Amino acid sequence: MTEPLLCVENLTKRFGGFVALTDVSLAIAEGERLGVIGPNGAGKSTLVNCISGLLRPEAGRVYFAGGDITALPAYRRARLGIARSFQIPRPFRSMTLEQNLAIPRDYAAREPTDADALLAQLGLGPKRGALPGTLTQIELRKLELARALAARPRLVIADEVMAGLSHAEIDEMLTVLLALNKSGITILMIEHIMRAVMRFSQRVVVLDAGRKIADGAPADILADKEVERAYLGA
Amino acid sequence: MAAGYAATRYVANDYYFYAAYIVLQYVVIATAWNILGGYAGYVNFGSAGFYAVGAYTAAILYQLFRPPLVAMIVGGGIAAGIIGLAAGYLTLRVKGVYFAIATLALAVVLETIVNNWDYVGGTRGIYVLHPHQVAGFANYARLLFFAMLVLAVASVVLARSIERSRLGRGLAAIRDDEQAAESAGVPTLRLKLFAATLSGALMGLAGAPFPYYVSHLEPGSAFSLAIAVNAIAMPMIGGATSWVGPVIGAVLLGGAQQIATVTISSILNLLIVGLLLIGFVIFAPEGIVGLIRRLWR
Repeated sequence: MTEPLLCVENLTKRFGGFVALTDVSLAIAEGERLGVIGPNGAGKSTLVNCISGLLRPEAGRVYFAGGDITALPAYRRARLGIARSFQIPRPFRSMTLEQNLAIPRDYAAREPTDADALLAQLGLGPKRGALPGTLTQIELRKLELARALAARPRLVIADEVMAGLSHAEIDEMLTVLLALNKSGITILMIEHIMRAVMRFSQRVVVLDAGRKIADGAPADILADKEVERAYLGA
Repeated sequence: MAAGYAATRYVANDYYFYAAYIVLQYVVIATAWNILGGYAGYVNFGSAGFYAVGAYTAAILYQLFRPPLVAMIVGGGIAAGIIGLAAGYLTLRVKGVYFAIATLALAVVLETIVNNWDYVGGTRGIYVLHPHQVAGFANYARLLFFAMLVLAVASVVLARSIERSRLGRGLAAIRDDEQAAESAGVPTLRLKLFAATLSGALMGLAGAPFPYYVSHLEPGSAFSLAIAVNAIAMPMIGGATSWVGPVIGAVLLGGAQQIATVTISSILNLLIVGLLLIGFVIFAPEGIVGLIRRLWR
């Protein structure tokens, strides 16, 4: 087996007395689609922040493309090829869509980025000169994704990009993500919506109360007793 | 600038040069404030501190070597730039109102040091007398005016080129959302430190000729509340997201204050500034530049 693209080893993150992540390990192969699920407060967003560099773990290491990135600041990780979207869209509000994409293009991308093509690909072409304040929910989510892609990443962490979207919109988003994966981008999907994760992921990791309780194919996860207990509290 | 120099030859009344010096000084200060406050969104309440570092560095250099004016200005800029870098390193990790309080505290600390430092005259102040004659200018006030004109033009040109560069876009991303900027590859701490250093240095440049301007430098005037307030009010009233804003704000407010000083009273100045600032924050938060843009569309 080849070396994984991202490898998280024994990650522990505390906020004061609260332990958000306990000894979490996971790996993603290049080109894989991995889903991470878990109830509210399971530590999903903390995990994303530890991988993308906005938080520093108390213990454990993060490896990316063979190198130890545990001590690197977020911007260096972005330049290495880790891009993320935010759970609640956080566009640069004073900038047009085009200018939003210019930031990762100028600061993170190692190869030239065609911002216009990206916006068109995500169906935001006609809005390229608009300000984010005029966008709808799904358009904002797409902008999050477009901005992540403008960094020309090897790994995209999609943090709840589908929350609050309708069924049709979720399908639309899934189509986009699958196409991206086909083009060679590894995708880590953090999601609440079971239906979407199960359809999208080749493998699913389940977090509960900061611990990893399952890791396997979607069908096995659905059959897992511990996962059922975590979700239904039975 | 040529017109400015010509004016020093042909305008008879010295008062105009004293007044224009102050307005131009505020163009530099407001532009400097805006590089950190407007572009990156970090509000500095301690501008007077950086200004005073420039002024007192010039005074110290004067005590030591009696150097030419240019050396005093450069020295003041470097010293204030170093303070900006150090202060930035200590405070730029805190955001919003905490950063503002930290800068305010910095100015108080600096003033306390000067107040208790005998070499620069402590609270009594210190005499810094400019040379009597200078080649090419009728008197020293006119030279100071011209020096400040050069500094104003240079700082505005610098701010404008930053605004339109990759660096300026990075600062704007920090202002809009710092974590999103960092995640998009923007080295936020490094950019903020650069902005703090440059902003501090420009304020120091603005303060360096001040000892010669007043002849008697004392902490009360160097750490003046007027400077701290104007540094914020001028870009906010003019429009903080573009280089034009601070210039408009400084010329309008600075000019109005000069006129008010002569015609009404020098004490009313800050009241006028305060009322205008409140008015703009409520009715036109994007300043005059924002108002014009809105009417344009």
